[in-house]
Amino acid sequence: MEHEKICLAHGSGGKLSQELVEQIILPAFGNPLLNELHDGASVNMAGTNVAFTTDSYVVKPLFFAGGNIGKLAVCGTVNDLAMTGAVPRYLSVGLILEEGFPMDDLRKIVESMRLAAKEANVLIVTGDTKVVNKGAADGIFINTAGIGDIIPGSHISPKCVKSGCDVIISGYIGDHATTIMAGRHELVLPATLQSDCAPLSGLVQQMLKVVPQIAALRDPTRGGVAATLNEIAEQSKTGILLQENAIPVRAEVQGVCEILGFDPLYLANEGKMLVFADAKYTETLLDVMHKHPYGKDACVIGKVTNESIGQVGLQTNIGGIRIVDMPIGGQIPRIC
Amino acid sequence: MGLPKNNNETKEMAQSLIREIDRLITKPVRLMEVCGTHTVAIFRAGIRQLLPPQVDLVSGPGCPVCVTPDEYIDKAIAYASRKDVILTTFGDMLRVPGSTSSLGEVKATGADIRVVYSPLESLTIAAQNPHKKIIFLAVGFETTAPTAAATVLATKKQNLTNLFLLSAHKIVPPALKVLLADPAVKIDGFLLPGHVCAITGERPFDFLPKTYHMPAVVAGFEPLDILRTIYRLAKQIHDDRPAVENEYKWIVKPDGNPAARQILSEVYEPTDAVWRGIGTIPDSGLQMKDQYSAFDAQVVLPMVTKTIAKKTACRCGEVLRGIIKPTACQLFGKDCVPEHPIGACMVSVEGSCAAWYKYGSGRYTYGT
Amino acid sequence: MCLAVPAKIIDKKDQMAVVEVNSIQRQVSLMLLPEAGIGDFVLIHAGFAIQAIDEEEANLTNQLLREMNGIA
Repeated sequence: MEHEKICLAHGSGGKLSQELVEQIILPAFGNPLLNELHDGASVNMAGTNVAFTTDSYVVKPLFFAGGNIGKLAVCGTVNDLAMTGAVPRYLSVGLILEEGFPMDDLRKIVESMRLAAKEANVLIVTGDTKVVNKGAADGIFINTAGIGDIIPGSHISPKCVKSGCDVIISGYIGDHATTIMAGRHELVLPATLQSDCAPLSGLVQQMLKVVPQIAALRDPTRGGVAATLNEIAEQSKTGILLQENAIPVRAEVQGVCEILGFDPLYLANEGKMLVFADAKYTETLLDVMHKHPYGKDACVIGKVTNESIGQVGLQTNIGGIRIVDMPIGGQIPRIC
Repeated sequence: MGLPKNNNETKEMAQSLIREIDRLITKPVRLMEVCGTHTVAIFRAGIRQLLPPQVDLVSGPGCPVCVTPDEYIDKAIAYASRKDVILTTFGDMLRVPGSTSSLGEVKATGADIRVVYSPLESLTIAAQNPHKKIIFLAVGFETTAPTAAATVLATKKQNLTNLFLLSAHKIVPPALKVLLADPAVKIDGFLLPGHVCAITGERPFDFLPKTYHMPAVVAGFEPLDILRTIYRLAKQIHDDRPAVENEYKWIVKPDGNPAARQILSEVYEPTDAVWRGIGTIPDSGLQMKDQYSAFDAQVVLPMVTKTIAKKTACRCGEVLRGIIKPTACQLFGKDCVPEHPIGACMVSVEGSCAAWYKYGSGRYTYGT
Repeated sequence: MCLAVPAKIIDKKDQMAVVEVNSIQRQVSLMLLPEAGIGDFVLIHAGFAIQAIDEEEANLTNQLLREMNGIA
């Protein structure tokens, strides 16, 4: 690694984030469980398969259409547990507050967390609060950790993803990242565009009930669908091929992307998941998903193959083909 | 509005155009897309793999980031490192390597560098920070230069005295002339930059057919726009009737945008300019006229930097002139990759090497 | 070097306009296209309208493509 200092790209979920994990984290902590690098770790405790995960939330702005940092903090960890095939049960919440942070804002954030936890059927059972000097934290940082029990009969792992699987997305991509950008660069977004922040555990449980053979689940957060699919392709040693005209993107999100020069495949989502399952289960899965508010726009966007192992490709609208590479840093507006 | 984007009709239209191109071109030809945005559009649509093998498409020097010399980045970094300066820039410039560092790296150590979508955002920042000097990195070709000129006029009108531009604009036609004078460069036709032409009109490119017997077609940026352009070039080559044709009529008028050109020439005048990888090209750049020197960063805050010439196996120069494909450079994909770029072609999102790498040419083997 | 997108002018005041792209709105300057008015489609780049869009030509292009699809 040539970087002697941390730069923002190290936190954006792309190649440099990967490098950081490979070159600093794994050498220090590596063990078979961590090395799987799944969203949550599956551990066996006293005879039960337990999923365990953690995430930290530093989003700016703190409040946005469709949610706030608190809702995100609960849904994010709930979703990571759900992506492991677990029923989320208990969360911990760590708050780091900046001196001077308005009490009213804290009340609103905590209330959102209460509502999100209620919807996800999880209990917040422990936590911690720290206050730091003005300037040492940007308003508020939140860490949540969660545990849940793996649904019996499910075996979710990138290793289960094989050629012959379909790739399903649970709905429109890019809504969250675009909403966060509202106001930046003087863009005015319509009120209809909101963060998709939502707890997916209920939907996942319904899906696994009907198709326990689901191979893998993953929520495309930082780095978007592109980063997530690249990770899965590498971890499962398969190739993934997408169809450009099958990828659902709202017109408003497309508009922002065209103005600023972004690619929707690299935009973060907070209430969506990618589902990998053998093609023979696709119709059944879509049926279940379409009946649920968080899956009503679900569709197949591609398939898993044995070609171009570790890479993600895209068949374009005009019939051409190109690679969908791992992002390097976050996207920044360009004129070229 | 615009061409059909997302249905079977698009695919069928693409296939018709490709069949026609295949029919018209009977021997190997090399076409050059001048504009970096075209390079990206071509890759995003996966056009190269669809073209018949006798049609070779190479990328040209129309990437303002790629052709910006080290010296400019070094100056920008020097300005940004000053405590009384806020640097504003298009996102494209952030990761370009200078002699020893990049704006992105300097930003990570605390320099106040802000990415803007429009140069006009610099005015707001200047008004909000009266005790700081705001310096905007004014780069780009004829599409973008008028927006910088207009920004200068707006700054003057608002009586702001703390906004300055560090200009490095370039213009396209002189670079094409240099390419055509180079015996190593063998091009049979040009895809002309559609948005540059939206400003300049078609006339500045008349020299291509008139002096060089060179086919030239103004191209839009959607996949079908580009395929249609290649089809028209194929027809010109087949009929041996080079001309400047316009395949982007709904945007490009023959006389371009005279109001924009008038504002540009009010503030800027031609000057010699250094193109990274090519060298100095006479009258290929723009510098601020004397009467606007109060807004010229180089006049108000002269900055001397030491530019260290780098010894490297980087072959960006040859890539920019279309002499070699990125894959021919020994550094490509190995020592030189987007996350650790050596040459400017690999840094800019639409630099030839970055586009080739990111969109898989030479790496992605699916179905081939 | 030319990322630009078609947009519709929905409001205009002096030399500033509000444009809309797929329900996304932004203020752009009309300094480079002073004749543009409400209802016009324009090409926007770096916060400026840089050229007017000829809707008739846009439709003509579509038509030509369709005809070509028919004969080729």
